[in-house]
Amino acid sequence: MFEPFQYQFFVRGLIAATVVGGLCGLIGVYIVLRRMSYIGHGLSHAVFGGAVVSYVISVNFFVGASLWGFLSAILITLTTRKRKIGADAAIGIITTASFALGIALISRYKTFTRSFDAALFGNILGVTQGDLLAIVVVAAATALILFFGYKLFLFATFDPEVARFYGVPTGWVDTVFSLVLAATIVVSMQVLGVTLIAAAIVIPPIVARLLTDSFKTMVLLSTVLGAFCGLGGIYLSYYIDVSSGASVVLVSATLFVLVLAYSSLKSQFSVSQRRAAQRVPPQAHAVPYD
Amino acid sequence: MLHPVPHEAASGEPIVQLKHLTCGYEGATVLSDVGLGIMPGDFVGLLGPSGSGKTTLLRAILGAVSVYRGQVLVYGTPTTERRPRIGYVPQLETIDWNFPVTVEEVVLMGRTMDKPLLPWYPRRERLLAHEMMERLGIAELAKRHIRDLSGGQQQRVFLARALVSSPRLLLLDEPTTGVDIKTRDDVMHLLHDLNHQGVTIIMTTHEINAVAAHLPSVVCLNGRIVAHGSPAEVFTPETLRLTYGAEMPVIHYQGMTLVAESPHFFGRNGNPPDPPLQRGARADLRVEAVEPETVGVEARRPEEGKRV
Repeated sequence: MFEPFQYQFFVRGLIAATVVGGLCGLIGVYIVLRRMSYIGHGLSHAVFGGAVVSYVISVNFFVGASLWGFLSAILITLTTRKRKIGADAAIGIITTASFALGIALISRYKTFTRSFDAALFGNILGVTQGDLLAIVVVAAATALILFFGYKLFLFATFDPEVARFYGVPTGWVDTVFSLVLAATIVVSMQVLGVTLIAAAIVIPPIVARLLTDSFKTMVLLSTVLGAFCGLGGIYLSYYIDVSSGASVVLVSATLFVLVLAYSSLKSQFSVSQRRAAQRVPPQAHAVPYD
Repeated sequence: MLHPVPHEAASGEPIVQLKHLTCGYEGATVLSDVGLGIMPGDFVGLLGPSGSGKTTLLRAILGAVSVYRGQVLVYGTPTTERRPRIGYVPQLETIDWNFPVTVEEVVLMGRTMDKPLLPWYPRRERLLAHEMMERLGIAELAKRHIRDLSGGQQQRVFLARALVSSPRLLLLDEPTTGVDIKTRDDVMHLLHDLNHQGVTIIMTTHEINAVAAHLPSVVCLNGRIVAHGSPAEVFTPETLRLTYGAEMPVIHYQGMTLVAESPHFFGRNGNPPDPPLQRGARADLRVEAVEPETVGVEARRPEEGKRV
């Protein structure tokens, strides 16, 4: 059971996946509640384009890809403000264009020595000390921002328009969030891969939402569930020998199915209980009002 | 029912002043050349058809529209200089009812900007929120999810959020739309009470007889200000035609001013009106309306005017 822990690369990967899982679960709450679930999927593709560009112009991967992702997120937010374009369409246009640019560059410059397989599907064995440091720094910064901005982010997520009337600087909130999101996606790419980040961002908050009606509880629960899925997914991947990203996502999806079944059964039960409670003798209600 | 007590508005500086305001969104003009002064203690209803600029007028006061010409002054300061502190209650249908927030969490949002970077609400603010919830009769619902409430309770939650920072000015966007009659009366009672405690209130409404007729002051809008005054002054067939583009007879009955909201109610298809509405049939009933044959200013023939 403790056999995998003797390998240092495994322990490093496990820590990375746990932190990334928690981080994605945390920011996922805000994404899901803004009904922008696909932004994770889209932005991870956009960041892939940015990664290629920064490789071509030989800029540091983290800096180049984060900047690229941030600009894409800002562009999406700005496009969404035009009333005629919905968030889903804006995400579709900007991120696929960005991804296509990456593909175009790859096919144009055939001298690539770097493998982009890891970026697409995630490779936990490739997590270096530097990657781990970047993950921890982004996670800590995100946690701090969302902690101190708790009230601002809550109001701006619940009702951005009215929040503005109440003086909440929603433009700043959006900008900071785009930055956090882009950084999260860049550091998560190595562990989860471009194609699987979306699930890590969407599943934990949805599971948490099924279990609570309180915002604060949802934030905490989603973070914990995300971290748990990261940990469980990597641990399992050692035994069943599948790619780390796929393993994390499959663990979260299983959790989702279980919780969905539980909450459906629970609401069924409470409905039948309520029906039973309503079956009281009619004279109990026959008291005249006056 | 509601207490239609007209009360004295305080004299002095207007709390809201629109000066030759032309505004809209993304280059499209919604309101043009609007001049309006709201005094402290006023309780004003904004009336007008859909798209007439009721909500835009509220947003102009909140400083959230593009101003093309003119100026909006709130508490004497232009909204372009400083965003004023105003209580705002949005239309209930714009709320995301599946969002995981409790009643208490929503009410506390009203105090977000007091200590914006403190992750929790200080004890004093939570006490204020509870006081407000107590006052509005929703204190025992504090931990409930916002969806698990009746329409009247939901309205009170958002009213509490608006009032928890004790604003002097309260704006409400159709607080009586989509709620049942009892809730509507509850809400209007509550607003009248608040108004009597000194809060200046501006609300939009679609309900002429049930709501606007009981307010001390009414503004009729249709891309511009058509009329502004007490319901008795404003509700004339002429004003209503300019506002709604439809013939709406006004009935005066035992001191009440009633507007026949359906233009077909009076003289269906040009037929003579039904007997109970016959002019002068009863001493206590007076109907004001444009004669069916003279409907529309353009259609009025000059010789007819001479005959009168």
